[in-house]
Amino acid sequence: MRCKNTGGDMAVEKARAVRKKSQEKRRLNLTVNGQPIELEVGTEPHQVDPAHTLAHTLRETLGLTGTKVSCDHGACGSCTVLMDGKAVLSCMTLAVECNGKQITTIEGLSDPKTGRMDPLQQAFIDYTAFQCGFCTPGMIMSAKALLYENPFPTEEEVKEGLSGNFCRCISHYQVVKAVVAASKEVR
Amino acid sequence: MANTYRYIGKATPRKDATEIVTGGTEYLNDIKFPDLLYGKVLRSPHPHALIKKVDKSKALRLDGVKAVLTWEDVPDWKGGTPRYTRILDRKVRYVGDAVALVAAITEEIAKEALRLINVEYELLPAVFDMEKALKPNAPQLYDEFPGNVVTPGAPFFGPKSLKEVATGDVEKGFQEADVMAEGTFGYENIPNPLPPEPPGAIALWEEPNKLTLRVSNQASYMDKITLFHVMGRKVEVRTIGGPCGGSFGSKFMSWQVQSYAALLSRATGKPVKLIFTKEEHMAAFTMRPASRMKARVGMKKDGTVTAISGTWLIDTGYYSMTTQSQVAVGCGEVQIAVRCPNWDLKPVIVCTNRNASGIVRGFGGQELKCILTPILSLAMEKLGIDPFEFLKKHFVKPGDGYFWRDGIWYTYRGVDFTKAMDKGAELFGWKNRWKGWLKPTAADGTKRRGVGVGVHGNADIGEDASEAYVRLHPDGTAMLSSCVTEHGTGQRSNYIKMVAEVLQLPMENVSITPSDSLINPYEFGPAGSRGTYAIGSAVIAAAEDARQKLFELIAPMLQADPCDLETVDGVIFVKSHPEKRISWKAMSIDRTVTGYGRFEPDYTLTNCMMSFVDVEVDTETGNVTLLRVVNTTDAGQIIDPPGLEGQMNGCLGSGGIDSALFEETILDRSTGHILNANMIDYKWRTFPQLPVINNVALETPFPSHRFHAVGVGEIATSPGPAAVLMAVSNAIGVWLHEYPVTPEKVLKALGKVMPKKKKGGAA
Repeated sequence: MRCKNTGGDMAVEKARAVRKKSQEKRRLNLTVNGQPIELEVGTEPHQVDPAHTLAHTLRETLGLTGTKVSCDHGACGSCTVLMDGKAVLSCMTLAVECNGKQITTIEGLSDPKTGRMDPLQQAFIDYTAFQCGFCTPGMIMSAKALLYENPFPTEEEVKEGLSGNFCRCISHYQVVKAVVAASKEVR
Repeated sequence: MANTYRYIGKATPRKDATEIVTGGTEYLNDIKFPDLLYGKVLRSPHPHALIKKVDKSKALRLDGVKAVLTWEDVPDWKGGTPRYTRILDRKVRYVGDAVALVAAITEEIAKEALRLINVEYELLPAVFDMEKALKPNAPQLYDEFPGNVVTPGAPFFGPKSLKEVATGDVEKGFQEADVMAEGTFGYENIPNPLPPEPPGAIALWEEPNKLTLRVSNQASYMDKITLFHVMGRKVEVRTIGGPCGGSFGSKFMSWQVQSYAALLSRATGKPVKLIFTKEEHMAAFTMRPASRMKARVGMKKDGTVTAISGTWLIDTGYYSMTTQSQVAVGCGEVQIAVRCPNWDLKPVIVCTNRNASGIVRGFGGQELKCILTPILSLAMEKLGIDPFEFLKKHFVKPGDGYFWRDGIWYTYRGVDFTKAMDKGAELFGWKNRWKGWLKPTAADGTKRRGVGVGVHGNADIGEDASEAYVRLHPDGTAMLSSCVTEHGTGQRSNYIKMVAEVLQLPMENVSITPSDSLINPYEFGPAGSRGTYAIGSAVIAAAEDARQKLFELIAPMLQADPCDLETVDGVIFVKSHPEKRISWKAMSIDRTVTGYGRFEPDYTLTNCMMSFVDVEVDTETGNVTLLRVVNTTDAGQIIDPPGLEGQMNGCLGSGGIDSALFEETILDRSTGHILNANMIDYKWRTFPQLPVINNVALETPFPSHRFHAVGVGEIATSPGPAAVLMAVSNAIGVWLHEYPVTPEKVLKALGKVMPKKKKGGAA
């Protein structure tokens, strides 16, 4: 809860001033869904603020709103994206930490040439593995990371792999079926 | 009976499936607006205080800040039932109450501006417990609610709105009883339905009195109606709903966040987006009401209930918008589940200095079941009655009746659920597993297994009105106009399915309008389980009306009578002479045909869900593990099998079964702060902890609509919690009286830890 005034004002203003000073042209280079991207680091509206999370940069700067932010606290997994093939929570990762990294979001899962969906996405449709769908992109990205690491997981391994993903509608049972089916599809 | 439908009862992909799995679905926070401002709320750190002075000058001087509003700057918009809660008030009534609103060009600046607002408070004593709030000298939250008792009755339900269950003569009933049982049980853990998408709104105000809102709500049309009243019936409100990232009832009432955004847009002339943080969602948006009941029941040897008398205390937090409605529906639902000629059940809604309670799946009935079922169980225990047999015997049968939320008696005309209950019991193995009251099913070292059962039914499946249009086009397509929003049940796809079935069109030839109140007719929304019967009936009627009008138009061309015509895939033909046929094109390229459908409320049907649970209790650690759930229902006709499966699996989350096991919002009763308003400290079930769920859905045709179906989605959460309390009590051989059954409570019941000293507090 936002509490009443503390001595924080001064500190905040100071931090802003320091941030503004260090505004020499720093660049952030990363690859998002196969596209090399160069962004300026700074505090202007068009720049990536050092305080911006990867989730914020993806959604607000790059317009990739498929990545959903729910808890913004590293607890629910809905903002999961891949960094160099591994699942990371984009709400707990600063954008400036991603220099030189390969980021894959839900928008980048389809085949860039044919536009065909990833077998995981198709399996989620076939098994109606979602209800409201808000947690679904995060679920799919976690499952993708799992399948990179373990292409043929057991049901138990799927559950473990998705243990950081929150879903309130309880799509879990259909999700497990979809992920297992997608892994068989690949096999 | 074999399914002869083309789509109904068959698994068809959801219309929105591709967008959902590719990240293309636009939820509220994904919508882009030019010139958008961001809103933030300054919230009170005190549970009860008067605002003496607000200095906003520093905040206003911050670059990028466009407006700072306090109670002195805003019109007298009020919510609540009755409407006594101001949108911004001079008084704050809980930790988190809104003190000021800020709009700025970025979220960061808005947040920073909050820090620059200086507020002087005059602290008032606060009260956090219902019974203490009812005491003569307790702090008073509102002048309008003397004694902190909220005015009973829900005006929306009519002048006789159900306020209690009072029939027969309880004293006579108790005299006729073979046994009596008395007890106090509490379901006071105020679980949060906690949809993943936080509440929010985007508002655009146009002078002098026009408001357009993008909303995230399961019932977006109702926002327009609610806000119209909140805003003094002077504002023309248009609401545009979109995909809703979960609601479970809660977002049905989003008038506060919507009003905040509207006020900031009004002050700045710019569109304003205001989305709650997760912390605000968990500490300053509605949660389940807390319930406590002391009651006495009389029972005969054969399980006949002769009398029920008790007081049901409901803690609604700092205000009530819908708690009276939840009480009314809960009082109706309890009569569906328990047949008793003599009732004296008195609800008292109390306000306290904590965050407000509001709508959550289960809508009053789950709360009441959670505290009444155990008291009935105490009587069953004395008589050695099997709770499954008891619940089966008591659940409403055709010809029985109940006083519903409007205070009117309705005679039930639906199907007998006995068959579904028996089927569920058989699948669960109830007969072999039930060993008697307070007896474990099995014991293994320190582990004890226990079983429990619960039931719930709701006549809301036919509640309130719905309207729809279906428009036919000469190219063989149809468009459904309905203000229904998608909140996860897949109903928008199911209505397309229904229209496609009536018109015998390919599903891809049927579309549905955006849920914009400007273009669509009245829609109460998929609240409760009304989606399938109530909304479905309006949609079906609209499609049938359009079809009839089309036949009347085409009949002369085929020299036939309209009632002899049939249509399949955009071609109309004479039933007896299918070679006499003509395409929809014949309606002429410059014409459309529109049908209208309306559903009038019908309270003579109810749904039913029975849940069996199997738990394992570690008597050493007190840990309870839910091993298996069997849910059983009769849906009349399944519309969409995977959708129904999903709804039934939903029994765990959104303040359902897990609210009996580990979910709770923890309120510090000395400061009024919620201690676990984040998703790390608020416990929720993860994938590896999933129990086995088996669902049974029978299809005994209901006298509902063309497809003989009824909805069951909402009630999936409701029978389970009471079943868990029963199962754990059976496993350990001692009655538990409170939810959730945490290790601490289990060990306390087993006498392994000493009861905690009564918590202190300002109250």
